[in-house]
Amino acid sequence: MTDIQWLIGGEAGYGIMTTGVMMSKVFTRLGLSVFDYVEYPSLIRGGHNAYYVRASDEEIYSQRRGVDILVALNRETIDKHKSELSQNAAVIFDPTLVKVDPQELFSTILQVSVPLLELANQVGADRLMINTVSVGSSLALLYSDFSVLEKIMQDVFNKKGEEVVLLNINTSKAGFDFVQKNFQNKFFVHIEKQKQKNLLIGGAEAVALGAIRAGVGFAAMYPMTPINGIMTTLVAQASKYNFVIKEPEDEIAGINMAIGASYAGVRSLAATSGGGFSLMVESLGLAAQTEVPLVLVEGMRPGPATGMPTWTEQGDLRFVLHAAQGDFPRIIIAPGDLLECFTYTLHAFNLAEKYQLPVIILVDKYNMEGHSSIAIEEFKIQDSRFKIERGKILSDEEAGVQTDYKRYVFVEDGISPRSLPGQKGGIALSGSDEHDERGLYDEEAENRKKMVDKRFKKLEMCLPEIPGPQMYGLEDAPLTIVSFGSTKLPILEAMKWLAKENIFINFVQVAYLNPLIPDQFNSAIKNAKKTLVIENNHQGQFQGLLREHTGFVSDDHLRKYDGRPFYPEEIVEKVKAMLSS
Amino acid sequence: MTELKDLEITYDKPNWCPGCGDFGVWVSLKNAIVQLGLNPWEVVLVSGIGCSSKLPYWVKTYGFNGLHGRPMPVAEGIKLANHGLTVIVIGGDGDQYGEGGNHLLHAARRNIDLTVIVHNNQVYGLTTGQFSPTTDIGEKNKANPNPIMEAPVNPIEFALAAGATYVARGFAGDHKQETELITAGIKHKGFAMIDIMQPCVTFNHKNTFSWFYERVYTLEQEGHDIKDKIKAFQRAEEWPLRRPLSEGEKEKVATGIFYQEDRPTWEDVTPQLGSTPLVKHTIDNRDITLLLEELM
Ligand SMILES: Cc1ncc(C[n+]2csc(CCOP(=O)(O)OP(=O)(O)O)c2C)c(N)n1
Ligand code: SF4
Repeated sequence: MTDIQWLIGGEAGYGIMTTGVMMSKVFTRLGLSVFDYVEYPSLIRGGHNAYYVRASDEEIYSQRRGVDILVALNRETIDKHKSELSQNAAVIFDPTLVKVDPQELFSTILQVSVPLLELANQVGADRLMINTVSVGSSLALLYSDFSVLEKIMQDVFNKKGEEVVLLNINTSKAGFDFVQKNFQNKFFVHIEKQKQKNLLIGGAEAVALGAIRAGVGFAAMYPMTPINGIMTTLVAQASKYNFVIKEPEDEIAGINMAIGASYAGVRSLAATSGGGFSLMVESLGLAAQTEVPLVLVEGMRPGPATGMPTWTEQGDLRFVLHAAQGDFPRIIIAPGDLLECFTYTLHAFNLAEKYQLPVIILVDKYNMEGHSSIAIEEFKIQDSRFKIERGKILSDEEAGVQTDYKRYVFVEDGISPRSLPGQKGGIALSGSDEHDERGLYDEEAENRKKMVDKRFKKLEMCLPEIPGPQMYGLEDAPLTIVSFGSTKLPILEAMKWLAKENIFINFVQVAYLNPLIPDQFNSAIKNAKKTLVIENNHQGQFQGLLREHTGFVSDDHLRKYDGRPFYPEEIVEKVKAMLSS
Repeated sequence: MTELKDLEITYDKPNWCPGCGDFGVWVSLKNAIVQLGLNPWEVVLVSGIGCSSKLPYWVKTYGFNGLHGRPMPVAEGIKLANHGLTVIVIGGDGDQYGEGGNHLLHAARRNIDLTVIVHNNQVYGLTTGQFSPTTDIGEKNKANPNPIMEAPVNPIEFALAAGATYVARGFAGDHKQETELITAGIKHKGFAMIDIMQPCVTFNHKNTFSWFYERVYTLEQEGHDIKDKIKAFQRAEEWPLRRPLSEGEKEKVATGIFYQEDRPTWEDVTPQLGSTPLVKHTIDNRDITLLLEELM
């Protein structure tokens, strides 16, 4: 079995991010299963960036501890990461840029000293391209055929012209050739190309693709880590798919623009992180009160205030659940893996329109900015299964024959048919004040009660299409992990490792967090023996939520709030400790 | 042909205080819609929160009554989604120059084809008479016994500086001019801001109808050139004052169009908004196969 973790470290501004994704792409093209994870500070220049790419010929779900190939573009990388090196790791560095004392690394470690800068210069590239040389060098340690990288360079840089393609090919080839000549067969791993046909996708891209497929017509986003990737992907596709994406003056404008566009009949998306969501809060209630469909992505990062902008946490669960004054329905979905980022976005758009309420997609830095290799077929299946359902929107003809249209007419299912501005016969007022069936302010006790009931009725109506918790592993297991969101990734990884030691636990993933249906949850855990709740925050927000809705009391919990995702090692250790006690 | 009666609603009527300047704006706006021959179902009135923001309740067009200070971005979203609609923003001076000031600034620079009508009564009406961003310097009232010494916002200068392409001031005591200004504002292709001096008879005992009658003059009379931005700033600078009034001094309040300019709108520079509005595009069966394959 092959399972390697590659890491490139260097100063921000030296293309660490692009190099990381490039390496992930190399492994993906070689048919390996890939997961990548990047750590970087909130700085444009000067901070330390570290990009981890893990690849295996077995299916993997997350990063792990340990580094097998370390590309050190600066000295700091060695200092920071040498303790992570595995026993037979290789360290790629340019001795003219990075001084390495031959004694400082264990003798089992392969020191791959490559004149990165000189090689770059020889092919006419500058210092900013030493990262590209290092990709070639890394490949040569693992694989003997350069053509895979050549093809990637063509695909990636095609749009920038022949010259750029050639420069990138030559630069990476220089690194490849040097290492092949000097270090052939010196490294302990050699990759076999696999047949698997995967694509490589980031969570933000997956959300954006979901939105596009779901028919997004308007999106407004004020930049904020970790949702910027959604924006980048959408911007690139807006003209092709005929939708509009705008950068508003602030998040309040963003959500209100989305509400306006949705009110006018276009599927709309707003996305932000906790800070921006704080600004949007009042308007979230506006969408609910006016019964305008809205899909909103909240990408969590450690708070409060600015917190740690480029790191990860699951600390906003309670916030999105309770944000905004008043008592109103909302749907909250937390995708775990990157395919779910796509499929749950599809579902979110249908739910928002069918039930005329806000739907929040709760993600975090870890699943937004990480990449996974996933079989393209999986996406195609989800794509082909998906049908746009727009709910009760009057057609022009239906609106035309209305004689006394009431936007908020009381109907049994609580879902009043929407007219769209421009439709003759559908004239109506949509109001943020409590209103009567026509939308006119109405503060009578009876009307108020009926309107609140009507809005909550919609949440009840959506229950049949709320999927229950997903169970992974065998029904009968000595221990059950319960979790939500991106922690799914290291949990699945840990389960795989445990299974190799004949420890077969199972995992209940709760993706639909509101409405949370007690029966569904209780039946998912009815056979659980020992239970462990895992979440990435201090207070145990998710554990409390389960308790509140289902009465579930877990035996133990594993929490983390240092800005880092869980590592499978941590989960394995916890599970073993629980099982042996 | 749209007639006034087509804009009347039968199940409710305005509940502004008798004599409130909001009535004037209400009448003028309906007149403008009739004069322009707009179909009521193709007009959307978007308002915030305040006495003035209740106006959409009482006009039979589409109406969206949003949050305090936030009608502008809602209107922008509506316009981008369906640029065939006539979208008009209604707000008070608190709504537009206080809570929603940032949105006004940006809508103006984008030159989105909206008309914003600001009912400027120089107080917060609905919350019972507190100072607003346009309260005259030195004012006192029941809610605030100490005189306010903050310089007021100058809405005309603000809009000019932000890049609005139609900037006008009306007065709720002059329906004819008010109707003309609103009509021209709606007709204007681009961002039109009409600041309307709208006496609040209940809470503003200084800037009353008679106070304005004694001080207003029209720019047209003075031969003001509406293409001249520098002159527009000079006229705008006359009032409101940023200092207490000197002995024997009397304000001059210019009304009419200060400035008008032709500039591409936000819709013009958004290539997706061609002859077909977004809302009319089919969204079924968008093919993402290529996007997926590019990720291989
Ligand atoms: C976020 C928020 N803050 C405060 C209020 C309370 N509020 C309602 S109307 C208003 C001011 C009204 O003044 P203006 O916008 O000038 O309109 P007017 O009533 O004078 O027409 C305020 C402060 C609110 N509704 N929402
Ligand atoms: S309080 Fe003032 S602004 Fe409000 S309705 Fe009465 S007079 Fe008009």
